[in-house]
Amino acid sequence: MTELKAADLMLAIDGATLLQTASFSLAPGELVILLGPNGAGKTSLIRTTLGLQAPSAGKATLGGEDTRQLSPSERARQIAYLPQTRPLAWPNQVQDVVALGRFSHGATLGKLTGGDAAAVDRAIVACDLTHLAHRSTDSLSGGELARVHCARAFATEAKLLIADEPTAALDPRHQFRILDLIKSYVDDGGGALLVLHDIELAARYATRLIWMKEGRIVADGPPSQTLTAERLSDVYRVSARMDAGRLIMDGAL
Amino acid sequence: MIERWLTPGLILLCVLAIFAACLLGSTAMPLERVLAAFFGGADVSDRLVVWTIRLPRALAAFLTGAALGISGAALQGLLRNPLAEPGVLGVSASASLTATFALYFGLVALNPWILPFAAITGALIATALLALAATRTQSVVTLILIGVGLSSFSGALMSLLMNLAPNPFSLSDMINWMLGSVANRSFDEIGLALPFIAGGAALLLVTRRGLSALTLGEEAASGVGLNLQRQRIWTVLGAGLATGGSVALAGAIGFVGIVAPHVIRPFVRHDPARSLIPSALLAGLILVVADIFVRILPSTNELKLGVVAALIGAPAFVWIAMQRRAGHD
Repeated sequence: MTELKAADLMLAIDGATLLQTASFSLAPGELVILLGPNGAGKTSLIRTTLGLQAPSAGKATLGGEDTRQLSPSERARQIAYLPQTRPLAWPNQVQDVVALGRFSHGATLGKLTGGDAAAVDRAIVACDLTHLAHRSTDSLSGGELARVHCARAFATEAKLLIADEPTAALDPRHQFRILDLIKSYVDDGGGALLVLHDIELAARYATRLIWMKEGRIVADGPPSQTLTAERLSDVYRVSARMDAGRLIMDGAL
Repeated sequence: MIERWLTPGLILLCVLAIFAACLLGSTAMPLERVLAAFFGGADVSDRLVVWTIRLPRALAAFLTGAALGISGAALQGLLRNPLAEPGVLGVSASASLTATFALYFGLVALNPWILPFAAITGALIATALLALAATRTQSVVTLILIGVGLSSFSGALMSLLMNLAPNPFSLSDMINWMLGSVANRSFDEIGLALPFIAGGAALLLVTRRGLSALTLGEEAASGVGLNLQRQRIWTVLGAGLATGGSVALAGAIGFVGIVAPHVIRPFVRHDPARSLIPSALLAGLILVVADIFVRILPSTNELKLGVVAALIGAPAFVWIAMQRRAGHD
């Protein structure tokens, strides 16, 4: 059982406290969405949990093993990680970018072994990229590029997926498409942790919401229990109310 | 399809160019006499011209270009920037500085081998500084800025040395070194530079796979399982050794390290890892051909190879820079 657990993670850099005793877990079959305003420590929590950033105190474990002790490729084989997207350095073909998801398995571009090539093909089909496989990534739309990054993560065939704002700058239809892809990954037995800013969308897809504010996790539970008008005003500093079971946000507090 | 024939094709062209370099010169030598010099039966003066003058000179041009081409391709992959080159990171400048230093203090008069050793020392000092910086910073921009600083500082010290040159002869020696040339190189000098060039190239080839992952950016490359710091150190060290060897052999020759990978990239589907070997071959080919032109041009003073390389390379550099789209930082 590959369970990712963060226990009392603290992170302070140059006197600024970025994380305070943050604890949570992620297991296969869960779609957990991390919510919180800018600067709440969401990205710090992800990086520290993955072991990319050393915590000031506390530790994160993957299947019982400290993530800081895992080699980068061991970690990458078990957790696919999509950071906030940066432009690609070169105009590579879509299939080559997806194949980089097999890097931790030892794949070399242009010389994929049977297993790697099959995983890449499955990911390309799953993300509906077959017709774009030979296209250059600099000719793709934002929505297509987001699917390419999803396919890259799926190609790893890791048990867990962590994605930092995978739907940033996408139109509503493409946001739904990306979340549908991730949901089917979870339905197939994966576990996903996503950072999102669209609360309605988060409530629709998440099995659990983790709410962060000023470096702390202030709530962790199913949307039905943790999504309230009070929590929204507290975490995001917006005035919110429930109207016939629907959440309405009126403006900044 | 082109990709499959790219490397064999370039190897063939390089062999042909090196052979052509043995035919051509201030006095062209007929084909049968060159063949005889290679395979026996030629008279002593022909063998001398081919084996001690033309062949070592062509091989030196090839090795210099290959070292700069593979270093440029690897550094571009590491820094995700098509304008990166040993020159940008200050490695060439540092190597030239220590070489000039040895010339200035007349150390070369004590022992001719001091010159190449000085160049390699300079390159290694620069790469050691960069490797140290690479373990402390996460940022590529910081690394490039350190390289720019290193380059400027070496340039300043070099100007100082030239400013204080005791006599016109040492000044002209230094200028020769800074301009870059493979004239009068012997197999001895090649033998001294080759271990560094080969070692550096081997290091770059062994660790090239990580350069593909860096296409995604550093954070995502770590995400797919790349050990980022190790990759930085190996690439910087490999490029430093190869560049140091090339400066030891030919002085400072700029821009081939930028031009060759830029031409190669579209043929290897823009994969930095697959661009290393073809870039090395093409850069070697460019310098061999450029050196043939230097030798057959009917000028009173023979042009320096570095000058010709810069005359072609600098406009290409500006052109490549202007092709860059916004958003690629």
